[in-house]
Amino acid sequence: MYAFELHKAASVADAAARLAQTGGRPLAGGQSLVGAMKLRLAQPGTLVDLSGIAELRGIRKEGTALVIGATMRHAEIADAADVKATIPALADLAGGIGDRQVRNMGTIGGSIANSDPAACWPAAVLGLGATVVTNKGRHAADGFFKGMYETALGSDEIITAIGFPVPRKAAYVKFRNPASRFALVGVFVAQAGDGAVRVAVTGAAPAVFRCAPLEAALAKAFTADAAKAVKIDAQGLGGDLHASPEYRAHLIGVLAARAVASLH
Amino acid sequence: MGANETNVIGRAVRRKEDARFLTGTGQFTDDVNPPRHTHAYFLRSPHAHARIVAIDASRAKAAPGVVAVFTGADLEGVNGLPCGWLITGTDGKPMNEPPHPVLAKGKVRHVGDPVALVVAESPHQAKDAAELVDVDYEILPAVVSCVEALKPGAPQVHDEAPGNRCYTWSLGDKAAVDAAFAKAAHVSKLDIVNNRLIPNAIEPRAAVASYNAAEDAYTLYVANQNPHVERLLMTAFVLGLPEHKVRVIAPDVGGGFGSKIYLYAEETAMVWAARRVGRPIKWAAERSESFVSDAHGRDHVTHAELAMDAEGRFLAMRVHTTANMGAYLSTFASCIPTILYATLLAGQYTTPAIHCEVTAAFTNTVPVDAYRGAGRPEATFVVERLVHQAGVDMKLSQDEIRRRNFIRTFPYQTPVALTYDTGGYDACLDEAMRLADVAGFAARKAEAAKRGRLRGLGYASYIEACGLAPSNIAGALGARAGLFEAGEVRVHPTGSVTVFTGSHSHGQGHETTFAQVVASRLGIPVENVDVVHGDTGRVPFGMGTYGSRSLAVGGTAIVKALDKIVAKGRKIAAHLLEAAETDIEFADGKFTVAGTDRSKTFGEVALTAYVPHNYPLDKLEPGLNETAFYDPTNFTFPAGTHICEVEIDPETGVVEVVSFAACDDFGNIINPMIVEGQVHGGLAQGIGQALLESCVYDAESGQLLSGSFMDYALPRADDVPSFKVGTKVTPCTHNPLGAKGCGEAGAIGAPAAMMNAVHDALAAVGVKSLDMPASPHRVWKAIRAARA
Repeated sequence: MYAFELHKAASVADAAARLAQTGGRPLAGGQSLVGAMKLRLAQPGTLVDLSGIAELRGIRKEGTALVIGATMRHAEIADAADVKATIPALADLAGGIGDRQVRNMGTIGGSIANSDPAACWPAAVLGLGATVVTNKGRHAADGFFKGMYETALGSDEIITAIGFPVPRKAAYVKFRNPASRFALVGVFVAQAGDGAVRVAVTGAAPAVFRCAPLEAALAKAFTADAAKAVKIDAQGLGGDLHASPEYRAHLIGVLAARAVASLH
Repeated sequence: MGANETNVIGRAVRRKEDARFLTGTGQFTDDVNPPRHTHAYFLRSPHAHARIVAIDASRAKAAPGVVAVFTGADLEGVNGLPCGWLITGTDGKPMNEPPHPVLAKGKVRHVGDPVALVVAESPHQAKDAAELVDVDYEILPAVVSCVEALKPGAPQVHDEAPGNRCYTWSLGDKAAVDAAFAKAAHVSKLDIVNNRLIPNAIEPRAAVASYNAAEDAYTLYVANQNPHVERLLMTAFVLGLPEHKVRVIAPDVGGGFGSKIYLYAEETAMVWAARRVGRPIKWAAERSESFVSDAHGRDHVTHAELAMDAEGRFLAMRVHTTANMGAYLSTFASCIPTILYATLLAGQYTTPAIHCEVTAAFTNTVPVDAYRGAGRPEATFVVERLVHQAGVDMKLSQDEIRRRNFIRTFPYQTPVALTYDTGGYDACLDEAMRLADVAGFAARKAEAAKRGRLRGLGYASYIEACGLAPSNIAGALGARAGLFEAGEVRVHPTGSVTVFTGSHSHGQGHETTFAQVVASRLGIPVENVDVVHGDTGRVPFGMGTYGSRSLAVGGTAIVKALDKIVAKGRKIAAHLLEAAETDIEFADGKFTVAGTDRSKTFGEVALTAYVPHNYPLDKLEPGLNETAFYDPTNFTFPAGTHICEVEIDPETGVVEVVSFAACDDFGNIINPMIVEGQVHGGLAQGIGQALLESCVYDAESGQLLSGSFMDYALPRADDVPSFKVGTKVTPCTHNPLGAKGCGEAGAIGAPAAMMNAVHDALAAVGVKSLDMPASPHRVWKAIRAARA
């Protein structure tokens, strides 16, 4: 790790000012950034620590949405009664991230801002059509995840909360990479209150994406068989030591079917 | 057990060492902080193969906190790292032994090859400065596969090894094998890859080297399995230092699995540099460094054939293996795919003729050496995969094909040099089948099929040669070291005992097992016995711990010393009791005049030895302190049967190990809890190889692609089932403990059992052959290809 300055921000405004001033990076739970720094893959001159900012905390219902503060930790979300009662798929997803240490430190906002291609939270954000709330405004989920480690966030823009519309049904099924246990493929399936279906896929491409063929098929019939019948194109999917694009394409269909099956 | 109980052989005595490990008070190498110490960082090659055109360390030397920077050119007069085993090829010529410089000279030959040693006031300063060492590399084409390395036109790793050949070696009667194949009713054949593994002990390698100018002496703390071997190789072969001026201490060591046997470049360079720097130097590998600098394991490519008569009786076996040595010969690399491999190809069977040819190749990869099992898992994998295939081909059940061929008469001379002293293979097979509930398998398979899952059952009846080794036999086979063990028993005046052993415990629990042996033999409480190991300044010259040798060889050395203690105690007791020495019996901690109730306790005799007021000083030295060296007369032959049951999800390719039963014959058992723990750990490692672990290099660039736990999958607790283990005992016939060794068995039997189970399950969908690890992706592809 290279030497760096650490600034503990008192408020979102303070953090934003400090980021603008230093060109530094915000630090939430540090579960990706600190690891990258230890490997000398990241070299921020300044870290602005968001963990002490009260306004980034909390879980609340706002109208028809469940709003989760950006620095809520995975373990807190997994255990939150409000989440379990309103969108249990989010609690399941949060409880399956990393290991206990990661869940106790890592935050939802950090994960979304990082846009790791194999992270779980982006699948929920996109799968539910959530709103990413920042100090500068609001981003719709569609269009937020731009690519590998790339989002629509500006350089001194800080996520403050994520608003999830409460669906009729939703489920997330993850197929773990045998080594890292990140999502080799993860599929988030949601049926909104109006019956619209969204299917978001993580782990399979440079960034989370919606799978239109699955959405179309499941909109017609929200059944596992309907999902299974969809042939997923491997074009554009990632290939690595653990999975070829073809295998990932196949898993998307299998996991979508299993997600739907879990809701019946 | 009750307090002060003395007859503790076969009892699950709690591990004496655990109190310090569980409370964080162990003393590992990285806990050693001598005054004024500096920190080392090794700059390593980022390339698999490159010529070093120039190195300029001037910027690094001027960096903050830097004490010194050394490169290969600075190490004048320092020899290369030696190989401890000379293999003589089929052509009668010695193997090719290219130089293995401590720091690269002229060329780098694998990613991670150390190029420079930076010494600084802090680890971060050393690491920062290493980035300022300017190395001008001319990148050369690389080769990582041992098969590709032997092809004409392959990149040459060493000028001294034309065609990248280290040796071609063979064992067995080729003519007899050819003749048997010619008359065989059936031949089963397999092509097998034994995947390369990265060891990953929980404690990375570490060292602290100091030089004392006043004494002209060195002290090296190092995470190592055999400190005397480390010292001998380093002083006599590499640095040319007087052996008595170097003390090597391997304190608490967090696992080794073989990877800490060897003399490595890092600690060697540090000992050399400690004198130049005039201050102690400390280094602990980062995990990423371990991946590219700890010796790897396995990496064989094999074609094997088994000839049978019409009833499935084995007539002959023919094996061709190519073994990857990596870029340099590690300390025992050359003997692993030969002496510890081909000699085990008889397995538990009466196969009368076996021929094995092994070609070892250099590649641009991390050196390969012994890793838990070392040659024997590879041999077992060949034999047991072939036997499984033979059972399938001959339409015999997996237990029947084995029973038709088991060795049942001992001693048994195999056609591949070994003489098995004893064994009982049917008993282990029967018990493993009971533990695995083989009788209920058909019903479980049918139930799984209803859920769309494929169930399979796989057997492995393994044998290993442990208790390394008779020095004269090893010497005749090329060993450049002895393989005895040493033990010293120091009885204190009050009757408590400190044992100094040449064995080394890095997770095996010797402090408990050895104390149980001593307590039981002397009739004293186990609490009154302490075991010291891992310090050349304290223990007699010993060979350390590997090859499941510690109890069979190290324990026997202690028993020999105990025999001397008892013999002397008998003389002292005879004097005190005014009886003839021949009338003195020793049992339950008491020396008794036979047929009387007149006796002296062990404690009384010990006190007399050190307070010799009433003592035959004219005939007997005072004191009660004995040392013994034990060189075994044969290997020991632990054996057993493992049965694995898997369930495969054909939709995803996920293999779940639903049950694993192991019945092992380790000879007599001192502490069954420790043995069970060793079996559990070994099985987890074996399942890891078969299911998860895959070291992958990029074929073009030679970069290690599985260079961290993000890509290299070690087994986790939820990857393995709750093991069902049992033991059967045929005591070893040639050591007084009757012990054979248990440390490697799990890792030896499990891969074959698991892959046989996977093949059994996948036979239903037409999959013929699948290499390890049986990852979801690979299984899915195999199913898809079979269905296409």
